[in-house]
Amino acid sequence: MKCDRCDNPATVHLIEMTKAGQKVEKHLCEEHAIAEGIAVKVNHAPINELLEKFVLKHAGTTMEPTPLTCQQCGLNYEAFRKTGLLGCPDCYTAFEGALASLLERAHEGVAHHLGKVPAHAGANEMRQQRLRQLRQELDQAVAAEQYERAATLRDQLSQVEEEKA
Amino acid sequence: MSLPDLAENASPWLRKAGPEGDVVISSRVRLARNLAGYPFLTQASPTQRRDILHMCRRRILDSNLAQRMLWVDLSESPRLDRDILVERHLISRQHSRGKKPRGVALADDETIAIMVNEEDHVRLQVLRSGMQLDEAYAQADHIDDTLEAHLDFAYSPKLGYLTACPTNVGTGIRVSVMLHLPALKLTGEVDKMRRAAKDMHLAVRGFYGEGTEAAGDLYQISNQTTLGRSERQILRDFAEVVIPRVVEYERRARIALLEKRPVVVDDKVHRALGALRTARLLSSEEALYLLSAVRMGVSMGRLDGVSMAGINELLLLTQPGHLQRMAGVAMSGAERREFRARYIRRRLGG
Repeated sequence: MKCDRCDNPATVHLIEMTKAGQKVEKHLCEEHAIAEGIAVKVNHAPINELLEKFVLKHAGTTMEPTPLTCQQCGLNYEAFRKTGLLGCPDCYTAFEGALASLLERAHEGVAHHLGKVPAHAGANEMRQQRLRQLRQELDQAVAAEQYERAATLRDQLSQVEEEKA
Repeated sequence: MSLPDLAENASPWLRKAGPEGDVVISSRVRLARNLAGYPFLTQASPTQRRDILHMCRRRILDSNLAQRMLWVDLSESPRLDRDILVERHLISRQHSRGKKPRGVALADDETIAIMVNEEDHVRLQVLRSGMQLDEAYAQADHIDDTLEAHLDFAYSPKLGYLTACPTNVGTGIRVSVMLHLPALKLTGEVDKMRRAAKDMHLAVRGFYGEGTEAAGDLYQISNQTTLGRSERQILRDFAEVVIPRVVEYERRARIALLEKRPVVVDDKVHRALGALRTARLLSSEEALYLLSAVRMGVSMGRLDGVSMAGINELLLLTQPGHLQRMAGVAMSGAERREFRARYIRRRLGG
């Protein structure tokens, strides 16, 4: 069976009931099913595939990759796409936009570091870090209905916030 | 300690079964770090690569991280030495096969291995026997602090420790636990464990990490998320949720097997021991498979006169690199099969 929208084979078949109680059948290829918001691409796509999509997205409608290049080390985004390896710490800034969604997918949707802070990063960064951690733990405690724990965490939070002031 | 000594015995940490040793073989914590002010290795010039190597090497060796630290210059060492280090989980296959200047620092008890110029400038790992993740992390964290007192690691407040591959950015931590799950494999429940682990964003791999099959019912569970979850949270997930659950399932499956089909279990275990004691040719896959069955028998109290430590040791010493070092000559696959069978017969009193 062909897709309702194009000549590709239909792989997604859907029967919808309208409000009037009428049956509407849809037969779509994967691409059009995604376009209609019926099918979703598999979440855990391999890294190369993810990167490819970002490049295409940034390249607009043409297949040519955007000439994104890190000024610090000279690595271009195309080379990163091939190896999955960045060229230097500054690449994270140079490719920030393109990397954002990749990072989100690779790390459960979180985009901010939580954890060890090197000594040289300074006291302020340590405090920011602690605040973020406490806030996250508080959210989790509330979600799990652990109210006593939540209260303790709230106290700790205001304590750390006061230190800042 | 020198490399030739290594192949004669199993890693010291492996010779004693650790906590939960019936199911948990080892705990490992690895941290990825890069020097600030230098490109990552893909973009480093030959001079920069050498500078990074020398700087890290000196820092590591001057830091009194263990009673004795040995430095192995991998670009100078023969293939067999590198194979042995891979078999002992002290370096990655990728690091073994590299071409450029690179090395590894090892503590004499092999609990510490610090790879320099692998995918990141520094990858430090701490290995422990059994379930000892907290201890392993505490030591890794201490080594990191010690190195950081003299080396400036690339870090951003938003993204944490910056790594060559964005999948490691943040904490740069990889926590791995090696498990022996023969009963879950027999009952087919191991796939359930795989799915549950995947839902928790954990990777389940075989004996030799990425892309390897779970030979000998040995599975490695490790975290994949490194950004947005602190080291402590990741460790807590492992120590309080994931590992206790898998250990409990495996133990329950072992008990159930013994209750329902004791003869089947005994048959499998004794048959495996018999084959190991009598075979004249053994491939590494077959040896791993048979040793796994014997290990299960020992932990279930179905075999006398065979020790868990002895079996753990054989799992390591019967691998190709170790066998060739013991034999003192390079051997073909067929020669290794014969030598392996002879060695195991001798060790198990065949």
